[in-house]
Amino acid sequence: MKFTFFNTQKGKIILPVVLIFVWYFVYHYLQPFTDWLIFSALGMTKGEHLAETLWFFIFEFPKVLLLLTLIIFFVGIIRTFFTPERTKKALEGKRTFTGNIMASMLGIVTPFCSCSAIPLFFGFVEAGVPLGVTFSFLIAAPMINEVAVVLLYGMFGWKVALIYITTGLTIAIIAGWVIGKLKLEKWVEPWVYETKVGHNTLGDKKLHFSDRIKFGYEAIKEIVGKVWLYVALGIAVGAGAHGYVPAEFMASFMGKDVWYAVPLSVLIGIPLYSNAAGIIPIVSVLIEKGAALGTALAFMMSVIGLSLPEMIILRKVLKMPLIFTFIGVVGVGIMMVGFLFNFIF
Amino acid sequence: MEIKVLGTGCANCKTLEKGVQIAVEELKIEAKVEKVEDIQKIMGYGIMRTPGLVINEKVVLSGRVPSVKEIKELIEKHK
Repeated sequence: MKFTFFNTQKGKIILPVVLIFVWYFVYHYLQPFTDWLIFSALGMTKGEHLAETLWFFIFEFPKVLLLLTLIIFFVGIIRTFFTPERTKKALEGKRTFTGNIMASMLGIVTPFCSCSAIPLFFGFVEAGVPLGVTFSFLIAAPMINEVAVVLLYGMFGWKVALIYITTGLTIAIIAGWVIGKLKLEKWVEPWVYETKVGHNTLGDKKLHFSDRIKFGYEAIKEIVGKVWLYVALGIAVGAGAHGYVPAEFMASFMGKDVWYAVPLSVLIGIPLYSNAAGIIPIVSVLIEKGAALGTALAFMMSVIGLSLPEMIILRKVLKMPLIFTFIGVVGVGIMMVGFLFNFIF
Repeated sequence: MEIKVLGTGCANCKTLEKGVQIAVEELKIEAKVEKVEDIQKIMGYGIMRTPGLVINEKVVLSGRVPSVKEIKELIEKHK
């Protein structure tokens, strides 16, 4: 088989299949390899501080990167089917609760970056999507993103990842619905309604599947290229804590019995801005050292879902009272999730 | 010809602007490259994702940063 085969349209579809086998092989042998490297080749003893720290980093960092690459590739392909233009069309004329549910779910799959929050907001307003429905989208999109889900799966397992997704969705649906009920359109900057929004015919192009695969690679390049450093830093801090911080150390600050830990975590999380890639590895170690799941979950959601830079961007189109209402409603939702999970587990 | 890069100043918009300048230089064509940062003007083009690329008043791309090769192809196609 000639190498140029992979440049043909058929080859472009087969290449990922080949790569997935390579991926699986590397992923499967990562843990035995790390064990061998640390405990045999380097001859370190299990349970030792340095050995545990090194093991954590050498295993977790490539593992998370591998998972990120795989999932982002598929998400990149899936997202070629969900452009914001199509999402806008789907939400047009949708009122009340159904609109909130749809907007939150579309928020997960529609490509979104907070730098595009304004044009997206305009597009929604212009299409007549109600304010509350727009907010459901704006809450779900940054909070439930592929990087967060991969890291949650990688560091906590699928159960916590699923809890995060479902509770995040619930918050986005209900918070958007509440904001809609409050009728806050008067707190949207008036020039938003006066701006004439143009139309373009982009996005209606038919894409061949090999084009979609190309977008998958592009997504890997863009997202992994951006977050790998945060992943490395987060896991390095996590690895240090994993090896050196005594067990149950966090119990007295973020344990189940510390009731005020939930609201405090949310409050600290709002101005604290880190992407999911940096914060989740650290939180996973907090839990390992005795922090309660609900408190940790609330902290993560607050850091990831409510970010200061996004608020500053949204300030261009929303007046202050609406920004505060937005933070308040979502913050209360996150706190309720925190209390609920501390109560259940 | 007239090329406009639409963006409110995010990192991706700057990358696209640089890419366009390289493409224009390599193609050795006469083109006016303009950066549009005013949100109302940007919305006039109806894009929902930044950065946007406009060639001769026609939106040819939005929401991602294409390679220089792709920018060249877009310029050739729409000039």
